[in-house]
Amino acid sequence: MADVLSRPAPARPADAPASGPLPTVAARRRYTVVVVVLAAMALGFGFGLLAWANPMPVGSLGFWRIAELRATNLVTMGVVALCQAVATVSFQTVTTNRILTPSIMGFEALYAAIQTTAVYVLGVTGIIALQGLPQFVLQVVVMVAFSALLYGWLLTGRFGNLQIMLLIGIILGGGLRSVSSFMQRLLTPSEFDVLTARLFGNVSNADPQYLLVGVPVALVVSGVLYLRSHRLNVLALGRETSLNLGVNHRRELITVLVLVSILMAISTALVGPLTFLGFLVATLSYQLADTYDHRLIFPVAALTGFVVLSGAYFVMNHVFRAEGVVSVIIELVGGTVFLFVIVRKGRL
Amino acid sequence: MIRVTDVIKRYSSEVAIGPVDLTIEPGGIIALVGPNGAGKSTLLTMMGRLLGMDGGSISIAGHDVARTPSRELATIVSILRQENHFITRLTVRQLVGFGRFPYSQGRLTPADEQIIDRAISFLDLTGLEGRYLDELSGGQRQRAYVAMVLAQDTEYVLLDEPLNNLDMRHSVAMMRHLHDAAHTLGRTIVIVLHDINFACQYADRLCAMKDGRVVAFGTPEEIMTSEVLTDVFETTVEVIDGPRGRLAVYY
Ligand SMILES: Nc1ncnc2c1ncn2[C@@H]1O[C@H](COP(=O)(O)OP(=O)(O)OP(=O)(O)O)[C@@H](O)[C@H]1O
Ligand SMILES: [Mg+2]
Repeated sequence: MADVLSRPAPARPADAPASGPLPTVAARRRYTVVVVVLAAMALGFGFGLLAWANPMPVGSLGFWRIAELRATNLVTMGVVALCQAVATVSFQTVTTNRILTPSIMGFEALYAAIQTTAVYVLGVTGIIALQGLPQFVLQVVVMVAFSALLYGWLLTGRFGNLQIMLLIGIILGGGLRSVSSFMQRLLTPSEFDVLTARLFGNVSNADPQYLLVGVPVALVVSGVLYLRSHRLNVLALGRETSLNLGVNHRRELITVLVLVSILMAISTALVGPLTFLGFLVATLSYQLADTYDHRLIFPVAALTGFVVLSGAYFVMNHVFRAEGVVSVIIELVGGTVFLFVIVRKGRL
Repeated sequence: MIRVTDVIKRYSSEVAIGPVDLTIEPGGIIALVGPNGAGKSTLLTMMGRLLGMDGGSISIAGHDVARTPSRELATIVSILRQENHFITRLTVRQLVGFGRFPYSQGRLTPADEQIIDRAISFLDLTGLEGRYLDELSGGQRQRAYVAMVLAQDTEYVLLDEPLNNLDMRHSVAMMRHLHDAAHTLGRTIVIVLHDINFACQYADRLCAMKDGRVVAFGTPEEIMTSEVLTDVFETTVEVIDGPRGRLAVYY
């Protein structure tokens, strides 16, 4: 170390790899291309969803009326893509794993349990009882409180262990799921039918008034996570290295997990469960961004999320004319792309 | 000064480390030696506040490691663990850059870049700085980890088996440089070593552990005797005079 401090640093060639997140000129160029292509695809699909098969001529008053109705769905997709992308990437970073996602941690199971209980207790009117802004906010609050309690209990105190927390989250999720499916057995066919529609992730589940709350909260929470990017970069190196580098690991972990739970709760309360989307988007965006830096990963992830979601809707609505079962196409196309990437690159 | 007072770690009802009492004066290299499972890593990670203790206290340069904010400690003491694995894909230079985090909070200044440069060239990694860690050999990766800790540039440095996987040339080079740093800059370097001859050659003091306790602490002359080493390692060790000081022969 004497040398470290006294010996002058050797001159570095101008094209030497930098310490920054994108070390070479080629890497910087590649990242720019990725963002531009994703943005173009997002615009393309977005415009396609607004304008395709619009019976009125482009630019006329009627055209804009119809487009306006469709725009709500588009905004919903944007919020959901942002929430799922930022939440999943942050969750995988602080838990230093790239397999588990926050949806596995009981979020969707809790949503399903709330919906099923409502129908079970109140019958078909139960679904109606859950519509409305206060009910939406209440559902978000219940889901966030549930996970905050879980994290707070498991990460402080005696256990203080991430692995145990993940395990208990998965077990609780499984338990809630089986309680829900037990209640579903006892429903009448028509009640079950109404319920099923709510338990498939679907953008048209979202009431426009929910967006009044959902959009600002999602933007603020994502912004907070984005501003923590530098700390997330360190947290990704694991508990020990984070502590060594002076990051208060437990506090950061709990903060990030609570922020993640807010994003997940909003997305789930808006459109219902989209189990595979977060995983797919996060995995693809690690490949596409190809950097450790969350400042660069988050935008790519959010764009990828929007492209996947709007692309799936576009294909479903205009190619197959089968509205409503978008999760099927996300899983089919997404799964294929995912396998292709893994097999070609050979790593996560 | 590192002051370890009555420190105990209870892993289970059968396995407990300590109580350990130890005072390490500032400056110089202190080698922790002892057989597998003696508790060297446990003691080192407790000093580096990566592992909580079940009793006692540790202070480094007057800071109680259990109570001082992590961010403050990160500029006083750095630690390299025995095993390292990251899910993030990093180049050597990016990894070493993380060593500056306690100062830069992620925004590297030109001064940080200079320190990164020196840490990289000191560990002979200049030609490899653009490579990803998963494209390196075990010894090259180990050197990158050490470079990251050196870039942290702290008064106290705790290294758990940094010579893991290193060839002869790089082992000697690393020990020489650590020795220089300890003596010209007054750094205190606590280092777990398995090669007792290396420890004797480069360390200023040896701390021998066995069954969770410190059984001997002293200068290399005091520890490098056939009786002490045979007792600590539970295998016959002969100590002979070599061309550069004493040599332990155990094979
Ligand atoms: N996480 C743990 N849980 C339970 N017991 C542990 C744990 N870590 C270490 N131990 C036990 O504590 C004792 C000391 O382990 P430690 O890792 O400190 O030894 P060491 O001196 O570093 O050994 P080595 O030379 O093999 O690295 C061993 O008996 C070990 O089995
Ligand atoms: Mg060890």
